[in-house]
Amino acid sequence: MRTIVVDYGAGNVFSVLRALERAGAMATLTSDARLIENAERLILPGVGAFADGMKALEVRDLVPSIRAYIRHERPFLGICLGMQMLFSESDEFGASAGLGVLTGRVCRIPSQSVGGNLVKVPHIGWSTLTPGSSQSWDESALTGLPKDPAVYFVHSFHAVPDESEIRLAKCDFHGHELTAAIQRGAIFGCQFHPEKSGPVGLKILENFLSF
Amino acid sequence: MKNVRLISRLDIKGPNLIKGIHLEGLRVVGSPIEFARKYHEAGIDEIIYMDIVASLYGRNGLHDIVASAAREIMIPLTVGGGIRSVDDVQLAFRSGADKVAINTAVVHRPSLVSQVARQFGSQAMVGSIEAKRAGVGRWEVCTDNGREKAGLDVVEWAREVEKLGAGELLLTSVDQEGTRKGFDLDLIAAVSGAVGIPVIASGGMGKPEDLVSSVEAGADAVAMAHVLHYKQYTVAELRDYAQRHSLGVRTAP
Repeated sequence: MRTIVVDYGAGNVFSVLRALERAGAMATLTSDARLIENAERLILPGVGAFADGMKALEVRDLVPSIRAYIRHERPFLGICLGMQMLFSESDEFGASAGLGVLTGRVCRIPSQSVGGNLVKVPHIGWSTLTPGSSQSWDESALTGLPKDPAVYFVHSFHAVPDESEIRLAKCDFHGHELTAAIQRGAIFGCQFHPEKSGPVGLKILENFLSF
Repeated sequence: MKNVRLISRLDIKGPNLIKGIHLEGLRVVGSPIEFARKYHEAGIDEIIYMDIVASLYGRNGLHDIVASAAREIMIPLTVGGGIRSVDDVQLAFRSGADKVAINTAVVHRPSLVSQVARQFGSQAMVGSIEAKRAGVGRWEVCTDNGREKAGLDVVEWAREVEKLGAGELLLTSVDQEGTRKGFDLDLIAAVSGAVGIPVIASGGMGKPEDLVSSVEAGADAVAMAHVLHYKQYTVAELRDYAQRHSLGVRTAP
């Protein structure tokens, strides 16, 4: 029983492992399906394209073990693409199917502001988290953060859940509300990178590790 | 409100943090790891390590510095200088980099941008462009830290690098770099207006007002060296100034 980080070739696993170490966990990086299904805590990192990420999970035959782990209702953390892949479908490079653990779509961030100006995508940089639904942060990984917590984002797509209640936090992007974090039961997902978000990110990882 | 990222750019030669003083050469400033730690604690948004002699001598000496820094700092770390292949990129990521900035190798082999973007994601591929003024409203692409001319037009090249798959551009003005006389605003406006990806302005930051003018010209992030290294302004002072002038910056940690 331990903290497992799913190894499927995602580029940023080293910074995720280092950040977990700072947060107090000696995490194991593995693509062993049995270790993944039987983990105490599971982390699915990720950067890059949705279809490539799903394909990388499929060629390693990891989809069934991740789904089985989530059915056990033990703590799960999806980061960036690792969160997006929980959803049913993505629009990235034509429609592709995700893990389907959560219903909803992953959609391209609008390249126009609400006011109609052209804006730069990807969304890269530090944005402030605000509550995304009536769901309280108290029992979640976002508990105990300083006022107006800013975290680091880098993404061109964001998740639009069918059940709006699971949207734990949002951030503003030129007047658009983007999904910044989701929570349903033991599943926590963040669009931002806690491993790159300084003391705020460290606190979020520590919270997750305390569940 | 427009957001801006405040980035500290640390130019490295061998084991040292150095700073090029325009027309004077290089000076040793101190330890690249200590400076990165200090800026991280002060709330800088990102760090760029640039090995400024690597592409000249074909070395790759930066990885020990990156590995040490990455153990201590939890903000995005970009590494550039002397990266020539996907293997070099892989090594940079294994050392702890989040993004690579590539200039010379990409000028010689543009397909490297697509390879890196496909394998590691566009967010990890920063197109580094060194621009030298070549007349009114025209800039030429340089390589090897401004020493060689590549025979390419900067604005056209920026569009090409975006099309190949870069997630952002690091745009360095060879003319302004090390002068502290402000950014080349025409250059920022020309490139930022030509691409749909974020542009990091680099070269010339001398005072807080330069932050505002660069963002008004179209910069999405500002890289600075001298003003921080020589303690002319602190990160907190620059952030306060940006906030007072309605620029979105991260709330102080």
